[in-house]
Amino acid sequence: MLKQTPFHARTAPLCLGQNWRRWAGHFAASSYDLVHEREYHAIRNSAALLDVSPLYKYIVSGPDAARLLDRVVTRDVMAMAPGRVAYTTWCDSAGKVIDDGTVARLDDERFRLTSADPSFRWLHENAHSLRVAIEDVSDSTAALALQGPLARTILEHLIERPLADLGYFRLTTATARGVPVTISRTGFTGDLGYEIFVDAAHALPVWDALIDAGTPYRITPTGMLALDLARIEAGLMLADVDYVSAHKALIPAQTSSPYELNLGWTVKLNKDFFVGRDALAAENESGTAWRFVGINVEWEPLERLYAAVNLPPRLPTVAWRTSVPLYRGADQVGYATSGCWSPLLKQYIALAHLPADHASVGTPVEMEVTVEHHRKRAPARVTSTPFFNPARKRT
Amino acid sequence: MNDPLIPAPTTPRTQAPYDAVIIGAGLNGLTAAAYLARAGARVVVLERRATIGGSTTTEEFAPGFRADTCRHDAGWISPHLVRELDLEQHGLKLLATGARVVAPGADGGRLAFGAQGPVTESLRHHSPRDAARFPVFAARIAALCGFLEQLYAKPVPSPDASSRADLTTAAQLGLRFRGLGRRNMVELLRALPMSVAELLDDEFESPVLKGALATRGVLHLCQGPRAAATAFNFLHHQVGQHVGAIGASTVPLGGLGSLAQAIADSARAAGAEIRLDSPVARVLVLAGQAVGVVLESGEEIAARRVVSGVSPRHTFLELCDPSRLAPEFVRAVDNVRYRGAWAKVNLALDQLPALSAGDGDTGADSSRVRGIVVAPEMDYLERAYDDAKYGRVSANPWLDARIPTVDDPALAPNGKHVMSIHVQYSPYRLREGAWDSPAREALGDLVMATLERHVPGLTESVLHRQVLTPLDLEQTYALPEGHAYDGEMMLDQALFMRPVPACSHYRSPVPGLYVCGSGAHPGGAIAGGVGANAARAVLADRKG
Repeated sequence: MLKQTPFHARTAPLCLGQNWRRWAGHFAASSYDLVHEREYHAIRNSAALLDVSPLYKYIVSGPDAARLLDRVVTRDVMAMAPGRVAYTTWCDSAGKVIDDGTVARLDDERFRLTSADPSFRWLHENAHSLRVAIEDVSDSTAALALQGPLARTILEHLIERPLADLGYFRLTTATARGVPVTISRTGFTGDLGYEIFVDAAHALPVWDALIDAGTPYRITPTGMLALDLARIEAGLMLADVDYVSAHKALIPAQTSSPYELNLGWTVKLNKDFFVGRDALAAENESGTAWRFVGINVEWEPLERLYAAVNLPPRLPTVAWRTSVPLYRGADQVGYATSGCWSPLLKQYIALAHLPADHASVGTPVEMEVTVEHHRKRAPARVTSTPFFNPARKRT
Repeated sequence: MNDPLIPAPTTPRTQAPYDAVIIGAGLNGLTAAAYLARAGARVVVLERRATIGGSTTTEEFAPGFRADTCRHDAGWISPHLVRELDLEQHGLKLLATGARVVAPGADGGRLAFGAQGPVTESLRHHSPRDAARFPVFAARIAALCGFLEQLYAKPVPSPDASSRADLTTAAQLGLRFRGLGRRNMVELLRALPMSVAELLDDEFESPVLKGALATRGVLHLCQGPRAAATAFNFLHHQVGQHVGAIGASTVPLGGLGSLAQAIADSARAAGAEIRLDSPVARVLVLAGQAVGVVLESGEEIAARRVVSGVSPRHTFLELCDPSRLAPEFVRAVDNVRYRGAWAKVNLALDQLPALSAGDGDTGADSSRVRGIVVAPEMDYLERAYDDAKYGRVSANPWLDARIPTVDDPALAPNGKHVMSIHVQYSPYRLREGAWDSPAREALGDLVMATLERHVPGLTESVLHRQVLTPLDLEQTYALPEGHAYDGEMMLDQALFMRPVPACSHYRSPVPGLYVCGSGAHPGGAIAGGVGANAARAVLADRKG
């Protein structure tokens, strides 16, 4: 039986098409409307309200809490001040990514880790001889993402104080209609946005308060389909979609290092030790074989492929999540793992794995497209990510 | 002093790092030290206690009475070891004994064991059929053990071995395995995962023969004779021994401690230092490399290599900082099973216990009885284990009692004797209560009551009694959970998987840190076997 999130009583009546998907064992709305377009445009133009409660969430506390997380993740946790949040990967001893998520320092000895996959065992195994308590709060903590240009305005109304000084990847505590909440300036849309964590027992009043505060600003409950478009535009990857966790890979070739995922910036080799450090230091020394890049499919050649069978171009208005071959000349050199038509950019974009020598920006490649049951190759170019990166995200 | 023509040495001579520092002066640590010193390495052995030998030690436990206080059987003392380390020149005298070990049966009979296994006449008295079959069984087991002996003399290549040395060893072992012949090849593969009960039921009918032999299959295991792979443990304890003998048939004169002493003297003669009362607090690791140790006194001892003769748990989870080790490795080390299930009772006796000879034994030595094994049948062992399974001391434990003074009277004052009793099962983890004084005394009383049934008058002749519970064994001899071999000898903890696959060639994931204790291959009951192999690994790296 799929679990219901603490917001299910509110989200279920809104989900007009009963268009649900599974996320970490929970009901998660794909879209509330019959199509997701209005929700997507809310992310980019007003404010989208997403129920992200299915995220796995852990509270790590105790005198060695920072040491434990610093040992596990690639970022420098010891250097994080309370109130900071860090996006990070964590790796196995071979330096291959197990998962990615955020570490938030709630206070000196208390952290929250979010992850895509269950992580209790991995944390526990790394905690040998450390003075820490690890608590799985996935079910007891509800989480909402409020994303879009008007998110700050709505939240300020909700908590009745300004949020302009809450910087990117910072968190603060507040009360919303008397309910204590934690607000972090984070999200998965690449836009101005916040995530709100609240005790599951008080989830519904917070939802109601947000809807009340946000209705004048067109707050829009939003599902996963719209989020998927936004996150591709933002160049953000998904475990199980864009990379295979080292804990799930069937063969070593399926694994990826942070460098291979364009996440080398999260790897702090100046730390004495973290799991996978030696392997990553060696990779950093010898060079990375693969890169994770953006792909932009050229319009006119694509149009010609369809014109040849008397069709207008058919565009992926819903993101695809399959492995699609990328060619240079006769040879397949890489593969794309997520792609969509960006309604905002009016571009066909994709996220892709390419060998380092085919991965520099501007490199021409061809992506496989199926045109009226026939496999064709559409010219495309390697681009940098994010595809869309508004200044409001950080300022 | 400040003569500018003579440059001051950058590091004083005494501060120069040792080539190797060895943690623990147990048999394996001393053996590793002796081999390394003989190869020209500058070696120091650091021992926590005031005496060498680790669990292989002979100590005065009552005024004038000496006994092998911890283990009373060092297992196989390989002739190579004796020869290569010149142990006889360094005082080792191995005593061959013809004295008997008797095993009382449930029916009141007694089976006699000599140095070569069960005494034929005595076994014939119990079962003519078994007596006829025993030599064939012994020859077959000896062939299988001969293969294990080869397997134990080198690091075992892991299945994914790729180095030339590994592949050579794998090829040699492959040839040796084929050399067993088809029948014994099949027999070895069949026997290893079997229970010792099935192995013996296949062959014999005499309950007391099977009971006594099966003790070799459950020795130092928290398992009964019907558990899988106890046949492997049986074979392991027969390597280098006469098949069917209860314990080693040659014992060092002066007790097992004199074996440790001879190895220590051999090491010292080659230049090794041995420092007693020097407990190691931690292994020094710099930039991921082991570079020495810190003693509990705070003294730092620099060394190019650190070789640990203590348990994998103590080495990696206590002497090292586990938060600096890969979680997969920490998990593997943390999951090594110890589960000590034995205890030791040492008795100072006013007189030689009255032990009658085995049935039908008319040999010259038949009246000289040096031990008694209380394990009248395999069901007795299984029931004894049943208690341990639920965290209780066996209501009827199996006992392997030895009277070393029968062959080596100097261990006790004139006319007096010593009895050393291996008691199993006495689990480290008790379901109820703890290993405190009352529990210790209750265990001692239980052992006395059990023995008294077979050796009437024993209790009256006891001048002093020493009881070592699993907790005592852990605290005194640094045996984790009281386990004598630093890890159970089970198939999943044997060969290249001992102690864990990541340390199979004595090298650990921490460069410069090696393991040489019985927690590594080939394990316990092979005197100095791990130490010799580990020294080879260290020397190979030194060349490289």
